[in-house]
Amino acid sequence: MGTSDIYREIILDYYRNPRNYGKIDDADVVIKDSNPLCGDEIEMHIKFKDGKISDIKFNGKGCAISQASASMLTEIVMKKSIDEVRKIGKNDILESLGLQNLGPARIKCALLSLKTFKLALYSYLANNMNKEDQELKDEASKLF
Amino acid sequence: MNVKEFDVEKIRNDFPILKRSIRDKPLIYLDNAATTQKPKQVIDALIRYYEYHNANIHRAAHTLSEESTKAYEDAREKVAKFINADKEEIIFVRNATEAINLVAYTWARVNIKEGDRIVITEFEHHSNIVPWQLLAKEKGALLEYIRIDDEGMLIIDDLHNLISKNNVKMLSFSQMSNVLGSIAPAREIIKYAHEHNITTLLDGAQSVPHMPVDVKELDCDFMAFSAHKMLGPTGVGVLYAKRSYLESMPPFLGGGDMIKEVHKYDTRWNDLPWKYEAGTPNIADVISFGSAIDYLLEVGMENIHNYEQRLTKYALEKLSSIKGLEIYGTFDVKKRGGIVSFNLGDIHPHDLATILDEDGIAIRSGHHCAQPLMDKLNVAATSRASFYLYNTKEEIDALVNSLERARMIFRI
Repeated sequence: MGTSDIYREIILDYYRNPRNYGKIDDADVVIKDSNPLCGDEIEMHIKFKDGKISDIKFNGKGCAISQASASMLTEIVMKKSIDEVRKIGKNDILESLGLQNLGPARIKCALLSLKTFKLALYSYLANNMNKEDQELKDEASKLF
Repeated sequence: MNVKEFDVEKIRNDFPILKRSIRDKPLIYLDNAATTQKPKQVIDALIRYYEYHNANIHRAAHTLSEESTKAYEDAREKVAKFINADKEEIIFVRNATEAINLVAYTWARVNIKEGDRIVITEFEHHSNIVPWQLLAKEKGALLEYIRIDDEGMLIIDDLHNLISKNNVKMLSFSQMSNVLGSIAPAREIIKYAHEHNITTLLDGAQSVPHMPVDVKELDCDFMAFSAHKMLGPTGVGVLYAKRSYLESMPPFLGGGDMIKEVHKYDTRWNDLPWKYEAGTPNIADVISFGSAIDYLLEVGMENIHNYEQRLTKYALEKLSSIKGLEIYGTFDVKKRGGIVSFNLGDIHPHDLATILDEDGIAIRSGHHCAQPLMDKLNVAATSRASFYLYNTKEEIDALVNSLERARMIFRI
């Protein structure tokens, strides 16, 4: 995949003007994860209501791909039910980024936000719903 | 050979990898501070050893073992001559990191006590920070940092203040920063430390490959460097230590080869340098490291240093012309080596490295194992281009063109 394909207008736009960027003061769950190889960081703040994601924000630092993918992820899951969003996989993210052919080093940048999101869901289900969703945790750790 | 005769095309022909293409573009390798490429002389030495001489060294009476022992010890002698040391003062380890750890776990563990101070600098690589943190925590010692100025040079007043404090036992610093390229005035610093009875360790990982380094002239007590950053193979590092230190220090790893006699409850250590080399060493790579040193001496360290200074001057001038590009460190090439760190607008270094890779250009992006320095520079990461004797002005032009392309893609 050529770089001109990677750094399309949409990625740069999400990098420089990220949607849902920031924090939620009364979030139900706050989870931060990082990629130790490159130092990219994503922190997710999520609020739930009636089994749905009522609000989600992210903040962090890192490359255009990691920050744009986090922002897009928040848009994808906003207002959706837990059942719906727990099925989101890596192809869904890569497709919305338009980056299905990223190399092994950079694919981690694209998937850090999904990993953080899955861990956040797992944490919410375990702590607030008394449900150990091992599958969700395994999926998160398999992303990279 | 003087500078005018420096034949970079002839040198390039010795490096098989430089004939490679990356994404249909000729490889431009500018990640030499991480590891350097290997000339065919070094690769051939490795193959020759395994095809013709391979045997374990020391204490065997057969021909192969005699040959490999001689080749291994000859390589030690080459390394010793290269830095003007005695061969008993050269300990082979895995890398510069292990060399620093060896000192932290042996000399320092015995000599540093609660309340003592260890002084390092703000431009150290993690390998010259973490071993001292571990030791300071274990002993209740204090770790202190000499600060750097806006040009990335050590603040000498700061050094004087820190060193004249009570109970400073150890000063450990890089001769050349792996991020900024800054060269520390090592001889003056070490002289000053010795006036205060402070033991000195010089991290030569970035300096020894690129300039003449003479341990007798510098008078450092310890020096660490790595073979793979100077045309040699991975898996070999060197600890130089003054004989007086090696004689009094306890051993590092215990096992075969580092002993003279072993009894049930007591052991007599082997002579220097073998007292510090337990187990079968990295024989093949040490021997081919000897070929790397032959190669560097053939070209001449003074010539390499001069050539790299010219390249660096050219690179700094060219890079400065790029709109939105910020360079970290001094522009005075007399005070720095061929390592140039920069950021371009709001492009993250990983994105920049991805774009450059498409043009066949290999640079490093990230924190370069120097996170305290990144904090000091107030950046999360930088891009870094680092040069060696086979790089050319044309390659720097290609780097500049590729950076301009990145600037277009990101609309900076």
